Amino acid sequence: MGAVTRQLYLANSMAAQKYITASCIISNNQVQLNGEQGFAGDNLGIDQLLLAVYQHFHFSYPKFHKMDNLSKLGWLAAELLLKDFDKTYYHAEQIGTVLANANSSLDMDLRYQDSIKDVPSPSLFVYTLPNIVAGEICIRHHFKGENAFFVLPKFDAGFIKQQVDYLLDHNILQACICGWIDVLGQDYEAKLYLIEKVKKENAVEFAVESLI
Amino acid sequence: MIVQNPGSIPDVYIVGDNILSPIGSTTTENFEALKQGISGVKAHHKLGISSENIIASLFENDGNISIDKNYKKFENLLISSISKAKDSLAVDYINDKTVLIVSSTKGNISLLETEEHTPELNQRVALHTSAQLVADHFGLTNQPIVISNACISGVMAILTGMRLLQSGQYENAIVTGADVISKFVCSGFKSFQALSSEVCKPFDKDRNGLNLGEGAGTVILSIHKQNPDNVKVSGGAVSNDANHISGPSRTGEELGFAIKTALLNSGITANDVGYISAHGTATNYNDEMEAKAITLAGLQNVPLNSLKAYYGHTLGAAGLIESIIAIRSIKEGYIVPSLGYTENGVSTPVNVTTLLTQKKIKHALKTASGFGGCNAAIVFSK
Repeated sequence: MGAVTRQLYLANSMAAQKYITASCIISNNQVQLNGEQGFAGDNLGIDQLLLAVYQHFHFSYPKFHKMDNLSKLGWLAAELLLKDFDKTYYHAEQIGTVLANANSSLDMDLRYQDSIKDVPSPSLFVYTLPNIVAGEICIRHHFKGENAFFVLPKFDAGFIKQQVDYLLDHNILQACICGWIDVLGQDYEAKLYLIEKVKKENAVEFAVESLI
Repeated sequence: MIVQNPGSIPDVYIVGDNILSPIGSTTTENFEALKQGISGVKAHHKLGISSENIIASLFENDGNISIDKNYKKFENLLISSISKAKDSLAVDYINDKTVLIVSSTKGNISLLETEEHTPELNQRVALHTSAQLVADHFGLTNQPIVISNACISGVMAILTGMRLLQSGQYENAIVTGADVISKFVCSGFKSFQALSSEVCKPFDKDRNGLNLGEGAGTVILSIHKQNPDNVKVSGGAVSNDANHISGPSRTGEELGFAIKTALLNSGITANDVGYISAHGTATNYNDEMEAKAITLAGLQNVPLNSLKAYYGHTLGAAGLIESIIAIRSIKEGYIVPSLGYTENGVSTPVNVTTLLTQKKIKHALKTASGFGGCNAAIVFSK
């Protein structure tokens, strides 16, 4: 425990100003990056869409191809969300994730269930947990702070904001990737937001209405 | 947003609890069984789960679960456990200031094995569907919260409850968790070669894997203390290894960070911790990592146990069941023996308790780690 963290804990926990410093939405064959279209496909199935986005942005991360669709979707959204993020500004422990979805890991659960009658595969089984996508994002970006995964009937901006507010106001985190990553069959939706206390260019105030 | 002032943050008490397991259906029954060294782990031959014998802690014929035809086994476990936790209380904590928090990794996933796959089934197995059924059963009107964060879910659910109460959002939280051992879960752990062929041996040199277990646990948290002996949730923390999705950190630094942060969050130091309830799954890598983390936090001499040889790994219930035993250990002044341990098997030895030990405990630490590289630590205090 460094002296800085200790001081932060001893300091009064105040409601800090917080900003959405980046956003990435992947849905309906499109990628919206900070409100602008970054990619548009034409009636692609989810497998093709995920690969098309990966190729469009010239990503190179061999582990991507081993991931299930939930992790691929979250990994892509995080990769784009964080393209201008300077993580060296923070300690690894000060950056975390608050994620949610409706279908947990059911997309992979169904695939794993199908595989049981042959030889159950550990490389499939490991993805039968929804928080693995958070693990993949943390590995990629070397984030070591708190990571939470909630299963909710639908996207609930108020709930997500409340969780992130607590973590940032109490200095548990200084930067947080939050939002929604859901996949089931051909249906998918990712909405990720980067929340920081530092106001940056084009940042908007962290408010429920801004989490669209 | 409520501006927090440390002076005004309410204490959060555990006012009621329950463990529903193969060795008992109340916390008292469970604690007495543990004091006597009674384990629920044994050989089972259940074709529905595994074609071979499995060494696990499983409910016999679902015998001690009250079955309601509207609910599946998962919901019955949660509802039975909550009912029992509630029944022991003079005050009813169910009101519009109460939130339900559910912890589980796989919930109703076994329905994929027994029912036809339809869009309705996708909805029926969703964890939020189960949480809503449980909330409705008890007339809880606030939106229930489901935490599914692998094997730290139970610890994280209690921590989330503590925070929601401290921030003034709610006054009470019913935190409940369960997992059902199915062919799905069993085959997966088997594919990882993580299952032991005997009763598991946490931290021992001959440990060779984990046992799975079924169970449910419930704690009722409140800012309204009910009895002078109510134990507090005093703080906690969560971290990520950022190393591997299915293998723990090689250094233990990240769990170590979570432990140190949890102590700081609780306003205590390593010297104040009287007992550690470890995750101790008895896999080679987990116990090694955990011992390193405990040593990094300066807690290597604190009496420690793992309850996995009594209950098996109860997944989403583990953090709750093991926390409830820690809370009872504080109240009764006993540390129950860590079954299956004879000789140190980790590179940085920890102080594994092998005998029923009487000790006054003011602060107890519970740790957990899981797939996805997640770690959690929480402190309970008298």
